[in-house]
Amino acid sequence: MQIIQPHYHGIARTAQDYERMAMSGVVAVCEPAFWAGYDRRHPETFIDYFAQISEFEPTRAASFGIKHFCWVAVNPKEAENPELTQEVLRLMPEFFNKPNCLGVGETGLHKSTRNEIDSLEAHVDMAMKHGQLVLIHTPHLADKAHGTKTVLEVLAGMDVDPDRIWIDHVEEQTIESVLDAGYWAGMTLYPVTKCSPRRAVDILEKYPTERLLVNSSADWGPSDPFTLQESIMEFRRRGHSLQEAVEIFHNNPCRFLGQNPKWDIKPITIGEQ
Amino acid sequence: MLSPQETLETYYLEARRDLLEIAAFLDRYDRAAERDGGKAEDESKRDSMLEALSLLAKSEHPKANRAEQLLELFAKIN
Repeated sequence: MQIIQPHYHGIARTAQDYERMAMSGVVAVCEPAFWAGYDRRHPETFIDYFAQISEFEPTRAASFGIKHFCWVAVNPKEAENPELTQEVLRLMPEFFNKPNCLGVGETGLHKSTRNEIDSLEAHVDMAMKHGQLVLIHTPHLADKAHGTKTVLEVLAGMDVDPDRIWIDHVEEQTIESVLDAGYWAGMTLYPVTKCSPRRAVDILEKYPTERLLVNSSADWGPSDPFTLQESIMEFRRRGHSLQEAVEIFHNNPCRFLGQNPKWDIKPITIGEQ
Repeated sequence: MLSPQETLETYYLEARRDLLEIAAFLDRYDRAAERDGGKAEDESKRDSMLEALSLLAKSEHPKANRAEQLLELFAKIN
């Protein structure tokens, strides 16, 4: 089965992960800009990072036959430094011209502070002005419900196209409000701290799937790129057809990401075996 | 050996995850029953889960032997 990994932090992972993903059917990964585990101090550090994910990382993925796409943003944790954020935002548009850059992400909220909200608004505003897609991070654990509500309130006050916005890391307590507002919703499958493969399939069975994305967001913390395949296996063993799986784990990413013409992978239809 | 606080800090998130999986399992069962218009013929596995949760909800376990009690409970299930 052909699989798309819509949220993946390749710079934090090994070549063996690419190799194993390729062997399991992954044909493309999308790498949003994220927190490095420490707060960067210089705008130039972000620019070098954006160059890494827009120029070098595609070559690592390509050596295993995987297409690599990226997103650029100042992540919410580092949005606490407004001067840095503003300077990076000023320099960011040049990366919208990179052949693999799909949009602005992951912006969003972490602790839902004033600085984070200002940064989120500035990122979304820039994306809309430049015709870019948006990937929004929602907070972890105890901060998730409040942070997601705040994200929706911020977006409701802006002139945005919900079709072009993906709100990520939804769980049972947040998915309904995101879908009701017309956005795409992403489920991130972590071993401990986010959704799990089985719970994700429960959600797929409970809600309309047309605007749902599933990802592993594998990074430098406790995470696993193969939680995505775990959830595909769980989905299939509950009796859902191969085409239904393809619709969710391949075609939905194509439909959302394909709004950017740089995304050149089309939805597929396969015969049931 | 870990202190009481270290024990909580070390294992809280994993225990939280495991409880969410149990909650999702019970929700999954309820949705299946609703979808199929009826309960399972034998609900003893579900009932054992609810009994186990009720046992865990008791605040005092002087022997700190909750796992042992659950194993004895689950041993009754085929």
